[in-house]
This record gives sequence, structure tokens and C-alpha cells, in this order.
Amino acid sequence: MMSGHAGPVSVILLGFIVLWYIGAVFMNAPTQIDRYNRADQTWTTSQLIEDTWSQERPILPAPHQVIAEMYQTIFATKITSKRSLVYHSWVTLSSTLLGFGIGTLLGIILAVGIVHVMTLEKSLMPWVISSQTIPILAIAPMVIVVLGAIGIKGLVPKAIISTYLCFFPVTISMVKGLRSPQVIQLDLMRTYNASKWQTFWQLRLPSAMPYLFASLKVAIAISLVGAIIGELPTGAQAGLGARLLAGSYYGQTIQIWSALFTAAFLAAIMVVIVGWCERRVLARMGVGA
Amino acid sequence: MTLKQVVDNVAEMPASKKAVVDVKDLSLTFQTTDGPVYALSEVNLTIEEGDFVSFIGPSGCGKTTLLRVIADLEKATGGEISINGVSPEDARQARAYGYVFQAPALLPWRSIESNVTLPLEIMDLSKEERIKRAHDALKLVELNGFEKKFPWQLSGGMQQRASIARALSFDADLLLMDEPFGALDEIVRDHLNEQLLKLWARTNKTVAFVTHSIPEAVYLSSKIVVMSPRPGRIIDVIETKFPKDRTLDIRETPEFLEIAHRVREGLRAGHSNDE
Repeated sequence: MMSGHAGPVSVILLGFIVLWYIGAVFMNAPTQIDRYNRADQTWTTSQLIEDTWSQERPILPAPHQVIAEMYQTIFATKITSKRSLVYHSWVTLSSTLLGFGIGTLLGIILAVGIVHVMTLEKSLMPWVISSQTIPILAIAPMVIVVLGAIGIKGLVPKAIISTYLCFFPVTISMVKGLRSPQVIQLDLMRTYNASKWQTFWQLRLPSAMPYLFASLKVAIAISLVGAIIGELPTGAQAGLGARLLAGSYYGQTIQIWSALFTAAFLAAIMVVIVGWCERRVLARMGVGA
Repeated sequence: MTLKQVVDNVAEMPASKKAVVDVKDLSLTFQTTDGPVYALSEVNLTIEEGDFVSFIGPSGCGKTTLLRVIADLEKATGGEISINGVSPEDARQARAYGYVFQAPALLPWRSIESNVTLPLEIMDLSKEERIKRAHDALKLVELNGFEKKFPWQLSGGMQQRASIARALSFDADLLLMDEPFGALDEIVRDHLNEQLLKLWARTNKTVAFVTHSIPEAVYLSSKIVVMSPRPGRIIDVIETKFPKDRTLDIRETPEFLEIAHRVREGLRAGHSNDE
């Protein structure tokens, strides 16, 4: 699969990197020129370009600066250190996974309820949908503050914000998935006098699996977003969100970009893992086996 | 003429056999936004043990609806119906019948074998018993050797045979089949018809079979029920006297052609009502 995509993906990536380098020159040139002028220094274009790619606090750091910073903070720093991105990634990842787990479970339970109980569909579904119309940035600090006031701190409040974001796609997909069996299949179960539970386990749940995995890919990614947002109001203690916040306090743009890319990598890896699980499960269910 | 014919035919029946399905003045009206639809109107019918009854008629004549009422997938709005002497609901709960749908309706994530064992799992049979019965049922439809295949690996005809095996697996005495071969080509259909006849002769099950093919109805049946639409009703019941071990050759006999002609006449008479 990779070989088919590798060519086009590399071209896009290469183009992106070239654009980025060019962008870095233009973004950072004014401050660099200003610096030359103040030092009464003469400069050439090639020198300018070189210097815009190696500023300490550039407006837009060059790719190699970000990569160097990532190498430094991921591989060259002890993972117990507060400067290690591995440490911060783990902090974010742990609450992402906890939130994802709770959110998925909640999403499935809600969907099962909505599909099986008519009144739940009418009473619950509008709330499920309206819950997502509230901006998460507005509600996240409230969750942190309220839970902090009753003594719940650290992992759990962040996980709850992830849960809040990621149960939604799971619920919506699972409602659709659990309703995806055809009438003829439901009739078939009826001719066997199958109970609701038997119909659920033997027919509805297996039918919903493709829907579930599609939603899990979305859920795991936004779960990470939720965890990062949850780290912002905690006053930059730990986690990728905290790195982002600290970076912006002190104008450490390289640090911000490193954290951003690390977050993107984490999300990509988790989506790939979910995709791998999906293929394993669907293969066991006879799809293209 | 038609009512007299029905009465005559009923009078001809040997009285010794047990009635499996007994329908009296059955009617079913669907209430739709466009007004009521009379799917079945005053249907009277008896299906006896060991019968192979075909229901034939144009679409909308209620043949599938009637089968679904027998299976308790629809509720009649009037009249009486009993299956083995009890209500359709009780019969369904006692798993008195196997139902074969128009489409195979196999669960794509289950192998052929575990599709056939599905009803047995629901009925809580032991694993050994399930495997044994699935094996026997697949043998009856000549699908042994395909146990571990998934449905998509089988042709349409084989899938429908698997679905018949599934309906046979729990050994209900009554087999309800709703146009099971409607989507298959002539050659496959002939072959499956032959197999079905052999199966019927061997197991002595009672079969109710919905079709819209006249040759299929005449070839398979011991009794042909001709139906007509708007309102769905029975307009003729024809008994055939072919032996149970008949072959496809009977389709060339004058007797066969005569019955086919009578069925066609009945269908035509039913049609002229609304044109």
C-alpha cells in the first residue's frame, strides 16, 4: 500500500518543505535586516537567507531548526526530564487514551440506548448534538476549575475533556451502524425467535463494526486535541499543551513548532494503529479474507 | 366458477392428513397515508402435512404477505389462522418453521458453516450438535466442502442453497420459501428445483413456496394456489397428481401443460379485473 502512495506523498512533502524555507526567509527577513542595521553591518542576500534560517526566536522557524529541536528534546534528553518531549508526550498521550477509552465506551452505550429505547432517542439525541455546539475552548477551563475545586486534578479532568469531544462521533456512527442491518436480516432473527440481546450480539453489533472503526479514527484524533486543550488552562505544568503555552509565553517558536509536530505525529500514529486494528478485526470477520 | 372449484378441490382432499396451516377468512389491510391497502381479503386455505403448496400470482396479490402472516412477520387484521393448531406467534416461538427469503440474507462476517449454525446458536444447542447438524444440512443442499468459505466466495445459487441449509438446520417440519430462486437464472433454477424436490421427497416436510413462475409452480407443487391482486385473494386452487420423485421431463407431458394452462387462465382472469 505504501509503495503506491510513496511517490505522490514525497512530491507533496518536498513542495511543502521548499515553500516553508521560502516562507521562513520572508517572515524572518525584516527582523534580521533590522538587526543588521542596528549593528551597522553590511549584508548580502545569501547571508540574509542563511541568517533567517538560524535565528534563535524566528517568527517562522526553518524545518531543520524544528527537526534539530525535536531530535534534541526527544532523543538527546533523558525522558524523565521536564525538557523531554517524550515526557510531555506521555503526559498528553495518557490522558488522550483514557479519554478515548471512556469516550468510546460512553459513545457505544449511548448509541445502544438510543437504538433500543424509543424515548431515549427523542430525549437524548438533541442533547448529544447540542453538546457539540458549545466551543470546547470555552468549556475546558470550566471543567478544569470545577473538578479542581472538588479535588480532582491531573489526568482525569483532561481525559474528561477528551471524552467530551470523542464520544460524539462514536455515538453518531454507532447509532447508524446498529441500525444498518437490513429488514430481511432482522426478519430472519425474528423467525428464530431471537431475543433482543441475541439480535444485538449476532446481528447489530457485527454490522456496526465498520461504522465503529470509521468513527474511532476521528475520535482518537480529536481526543488528542481535547487533551492538549485541557492542558492549556492548567498553567503550563506538563504535556504538549503546556509546551505550546510555555513556548508562546516566552516566544520560543521553535519549541511551539516542535510540540505541534510531535502532536501531529502522535495523532497519525494512533490513527494508523486504529486502522491496523480495523483491518485485523474486519479480516477476521471475513472481509476480503 | 372459482369458488365452486375451490370447494370441489377441498372436497377432493383425503381427510386423513393433519392440517399444518389452517386459514379461515383471513384478511390483512395496511393503513397507509394513501388510504387502506387490502393486501389479503377473505383467504381460505388448508395446507396439510407433506404438502408442497405453491403460491402464484402477479405482484401485489398478497402471496408474500400470506407467507409472512403464516410466519408471524405480519399480523392479520381479520379472520383466523392456526399453525399446527396454535397461533402463528406461538408457532414462531416454538420454531415451527424454517423461512427462506428472496435474498440469501447470509451474515457476511460468518462462514457458511457458522451461518447455518446461527439459528442453532440462538436455540442454545451444544457446539458438537451445531456442527453435526450444519454438516447434515449442508449435505442436503450439496454444499459439503464449503463449510469454511465466506458467503462472498460463493455464487448466488450456492448462497441461496446455504440459506436453505440454514432453514433446514433446526429441522422444523414446515418450510416457508418466499421466491427463493427468483433472482437466479433458468439453468440454476432448474437444478435447485430438482434438488428441492429430492429434499422434499426425502424429508417429507411441508413446504409453502411463493413464486411468480408458472413452470416452477407446476413442476414443484402438490397444490397450486393462484392469487389475484387488489384485493389480494385466492382465485383458484389446483392439485397436481405428479409423483414425489418427478423429474424435469414431466414438463413435456400433456398433463403438465394442461395444469400450466389452467394456472395461466386463472392469472389472466385475475388481471382482467383491474384493466
